[in-house]
Amino acid sequence: MELELFSPAEFAKDKILAIQDYAMLAGRAMGNLFQRPLYLGDMMQQADLIGFGSLPIVVLTGFFTGAVLAVNSAATLGRFGSLSLIGQLVSISMVRELGPVLTGLMVTGRNASGMASELGSMVVTEQIDAMRALGTDPIKKLVTPRLFATVIMLFFLTIISDLMGLIGGNFVSTLMLGLNSREYWTSAWQTLVFSDVFTGLIKPVIFGFIIASIGCYYGISAKGGTQGVGRATTQAVVAASVLILVVDFFVTRLLYVLLGFH
Amino acid sequence: MSAPTLPIPSADSAVAESRGDAIVFEDVAIAFDENRVLDGISFRLARGECKALFGVAGSGKSTILKLALGLMKPDSGRISVLGQDITDMTEAQLFEVRRHVGMVFQESALFDSLNVKENVAFRLMEEHDVAPEEIDGRVKEALQFVELEHTLNMFPSELSGGMRRRVAIARGIITQPDVLLYDSPTGGLDPVTSTRIIELIIKQRDEYKTSSLMVTHRLQDAFIMATHHFDKQTNQMQSLPRGQQGEVPMSFLLLHDGKVLFDGDAVELKKSQDPYIREYIS
Repeated sequence: MELELFSPAEFAKDKILAIQDYAMLAGRAMGNLFQRPLYLGDMMQQADLIGFGSLPIVVLTGFFTGAVLAVNSAATLGRFGSLSLIGQLVSISMVRELGPVLTGLMVTGRNASGMASELGSMVVTEQIDAMRALGTDPIKKLVTPRLFATVIMLFFLTIISDLMGLIGGNFVSTLMLGLNSREYWTSAWQTLVFSDVFTGLIKPVIFGFIIASIGCYYGISAKGGTQGVGRATTQAVVAASVLILVVDFFVTRLLYVLLGFH
Repeated sequence: MSAPTLPIPSADSAVAESRGDAIVFEDVAIAFDENRVLDGISFRLARGECKALFGVAGSGKSTILKLALGLMKPDSGRISVLGQDITDMTEAQLFEVRRHVGMVFQESALFDSLNVKENVAFRLMEEHDVAPEEIDGRVKEALQFVELEHTLNMFPSELSGGMRRRVAIARGIITQPDVLLYDSPTGGLDPVTSTRIIELIIKQRDEYKTSSLMVTHRLQDAFIMATHHFDKQTNQMQSLPRGQQGEVPMSFLLLHDGKVLFDGDAVELKKSQDPYIREYIS
């Protein structure tokens, strides 16, 4: 077997080309939103698959994240006699950070993988070529509806996840820690300011874009039969998950700096 | 049983008729990584002609079809389809050209999430301005042509390999294109089913006189096409009398080492003294 020498220049060229391809795919998918036909039926179908289909995992994740936040913070807050602040802590953590990020990661696991494997299978069985041969733009027909549906549905899924986290925190606070439910909700509600909600709702829009564009990119770029589809699926989940966490940091920081939130 | 006729005399047919050759390749070359698959390929597919494309596996036969459809771009050379130079066309411009070209893919490439009716009707549904009743009628007629009208609501996974190819043919001909491209339509099929598919291709060729380019690795398929015609009375293909040519001119193109080794009719092919051709057809 011939030993292939690693070439840093080739590696860098491949990565730059991949970024260029990704940017072109994402750009064309977005541009298609302003061109007919719009494929509203496909958008609705994807919204149902991504939104309603992800509801159970998002509800469970949100609820138990809120609950475990309350359990963990109870020990610390209890030492300072500030158990009543649990509502605030759960509320801020869920709305600003955990709701968007965890929902994004859950939807990545479920849908970025689904998109990569579905589109990847279509590529290796020549269905994408057949679609082009039949006069239909696969980016318009397959990528744009997924992108649009993911952005819209992740926004609403995040709101549901935030609410479920607060309910989970309330569950622990009242049933396990003996706090007053009304006090919990009042403190959770009053602590939220515009900057918290704005930050928490801008993130799912960006994460939704990352999930769908990365999932579709790896699917459309799949090569090498069923093994290639498997590889594309794994890469899509890993890349989207890591990108969500990295982008989360920069978006949070950017919003602090640009808008002067504190 | 008389063969049902396909509808839609295309409004653009007259325009297409005046465009000269159906497909022209001029010195086309393409390489994948270091592998130069096509190295200066030139040929013409005349209007109303049927050309069979041969070569060993990996000789670039399917690549030629994909280049003709604009699914791939050549590294050099020019490609013209129905009188239009498609070499530098954008994807949006190519969609207009592809409206006049039908393709039957190697493994059928049916959309597995759509049923037979939706697969066959895909192109019409994507035009967004064809009435549902008209779509239904045309799908039914296209499926009748391949004798699969009973599979309307079945999914590709429920069909046999031969049935999938027939559905792919129905999908390819539903808009009665000016050019048809077949990519190994009998590949992987048993001899009986292969003959059935070839009979359908002959039926399509003889009834609609569509220009077609057929990739195949089975020489006997192309010889059957050259020596048979479709008889509407019996709804079967029949042998042509010895020495007689069919109504539609049939030619052969053999690829070797990325170049065209032979381009001519069956008689010339049989007479060829080239050792590689002799070995190939023996």
